Amino acid sequence: MEHLYEMLKQVDGYIYPNEIELHWGILIVIYPYITGLVAGAFILASLERVFKIKVLRPTYHLALLTALAFLIVAILPLVSHLGHPFRAYEIMTTPHLQSAMAIFGFVYLWYLMVVLLLEIWFDYRRDLVLWAEQSTGLKRRLYKILTLGVTDLSPKTIAWDEKLGFIITVVGIPSAFLLHGYVGFIFGSIKANPWWSSVLMPVIFLLSAMVSGIAMVMFLYMIVSKFRKVKIDMACLDEIGKFLFMVLILDFTLESLDQVHRIYEAEESFEILHMLVNGKLYITLFIMQGLVGTIIPLLILGFFRIHLPKEKIRKPLYLLTGLMVLVGVFFMRWNVVIGGQLFSKSFLGFTNFKLGMIGAEGYLMAIFWLVLPFCILSFFLWLVPPWKKHAEAELSE
Amino acid sequence: MVVGAAVKPFQAMLFAANEPEKSKPWYAIGIDIEKCIGCGSCARACKAENDVPKEPFFFRSWVEQYTIKNDGTLAVQSPNGGIDSFVQTVPEAEIFKSFFVPKMCNHCAKSPCVQVCPVGATYESPEGIVLVDEKYCIGCRYCIQACPYGCRYLHPEKQTADKCTLCYHRLKKGLNPACFDVCPTGARIYGDLHDMNSPLHKFLKEHSTQVLKPQLNTGSKLFYNGLSSEVR
Repeated sequence: MEHLYEMLKQVDGYIYPNEIELHWGILIVIYPYITGLVAGAFILASLERVFKIKVLRPTYHLALLTALAFLIVAILPLVSHLGHPFRAYEIMTTPHLQSAMAIFGFVYLWYLMVVLLLEIWFDYRRDLVLWAEQSTGLKRRLYKILTLGVTDLSPKTIAWDEKLGFIITVVGIPSAFLLHGYVGFIFGSIKANPWWSSVLMPVIFLLSAMVSGIAMVMFLYMIVSKFRKVKIDMACLDEIGKFLFMVLILDFTLESLDQVHRIYEAEESFEILHMLVNGKLYITLFIMQGLVGTIIPLLILGFFRIHLPKEKIRKPLYLLTGLMVLVGVFFMRWNVVIGGQLFSKSFLGFTNFKLGMIGAEGYLMAIFWLVLPFCILSFFLWLVPPWKKHAEAELSE
Repeated sequence: MVVGAAVKPFQAMLFAANEPEKSKPWYAIGIDIEKCIGCGSCARACKAENDVPKEPFFFRSWVEQYTIKNDGTLAVQSPNGGIDSFVQTVPEAEIFKSFFVPKMCNHCAKSPCVQVCPVGATYESPEGIVLVDEKYCIGCRYCIQACPYGCRYLHPEKQTADKCTLCYHRLKKGLNPACFDVCPTGARIYGDLHDMNSPLHKFLKEHSTQVLKPQLNTGSKLFYNGLSSEVR
């Protein structure tokens, strides 16, 4: 409890005595960040599958596997943050349906089990059967288990795989919107907190989710291609850049609208929020989220719309843009979650937040949760590599 | 009519308000700011009665001192929740007026904390008292975020949400809540809103009362007499 005594000295103005400690720390920053990446990556994949944007084909499977890898991890920081993690099942067994949070378990399971796993399974089933035939040892066993015993490769069955996969993707789009819009609602519906309470919050969360997911797949596609020593499909990359630009504009517009609305209405909380953004959130909001995560990427991607420089210049700029957008969206989550708890609900003062190194709420653990999805994704890429799938498809044709 | 009947259960799912049971008392609280002397007895008694952690970060009940200066600026303090009483930090010549505001759970009828609890561990008793089932609370802290009045904290040992119960254990035995019994000036009053003869009704009738943050429409059942607009 020593850290609380330390924080007591750093209180600025008056805060309610129970407000010294921030109740939602770095783990709750990571949770919407990761779910956002899931929703965004899935929506990018669905552009190819449902909206037939064929130029995005090279990233389709990568996007799906990325979404799955991040979704598996999404729930872990959330559960580990609970005071009683072993009671987490109560959300499923006795949900209190008036609570926005109560629906989380169902939304999560729906998205994991019905949307992502099923879609990937239908998409990979034929390959799993073929790989099981061609491999030996542990890999062969794994492939066999993953086929779930459905080894029929008749054209009729494969056509059904395709049809069902398509239907699931169509269902998956509103599900992805639901998943992340809902995360925004968790914050947006808290009327006690004027920094959170906004009807735009779910939409802003959704758009920033799409921004981060698209940027992540763009970044990963370039990195994976580099590792595989294959040429990057520039038409695909340019198309992703185009979508990123489009969604980033929408995101920026809505976030700006939210702020302009707050400033123009200047409600009771205006003074304290004004001090918040110009003080404790100045660097994370204006520099990291605004300049690094939004303005510079918008300028780069906008420039590419006017003039497309040579591949040699575009590639590192896309890589940089992807990274900057990912950093920016992380800080957007930070500004919402941490920023919303820095000021007192008395609107008369501020508490402080110090991110520790060790412990469940420390930054080492946070880094672990952020690295874990990449490890899972690497495993997926080893087990069910999308590029080998293409080769198989071509062989069978 | 059919549409109305279909919409009603959906509204009930979204809107956080339960109809009070007429057969049970429906408790509310009155605090007379004009009578509070800032002795901190209420906050002390609360900690002792309810095993609230002694550290100055956990309070079910506390007292704030508001000082409005001659220049119109405001100074607010609540050192250790007012338990050790107060030392005025503003020089006397600069003080326009000063007063104490005891704070505790508002036991809202449309309680945001009850609404957001994902497992129903925070609930409203039939008497209108907002309680936490510590054996069921998962410690997600959503209720702490949702309370506009800062009345909740996470119990450091139990790792569950904790708050004022209006000394429910005492009420059930026919006793008064601890903070009411120890108040030397009788600044606190509680009673049954269903009982038109209760002292609370007399208090509400005779005073011009106000709740905290009325714009949030939480259905607060903590009514203050003499509440300045500066108080939040």
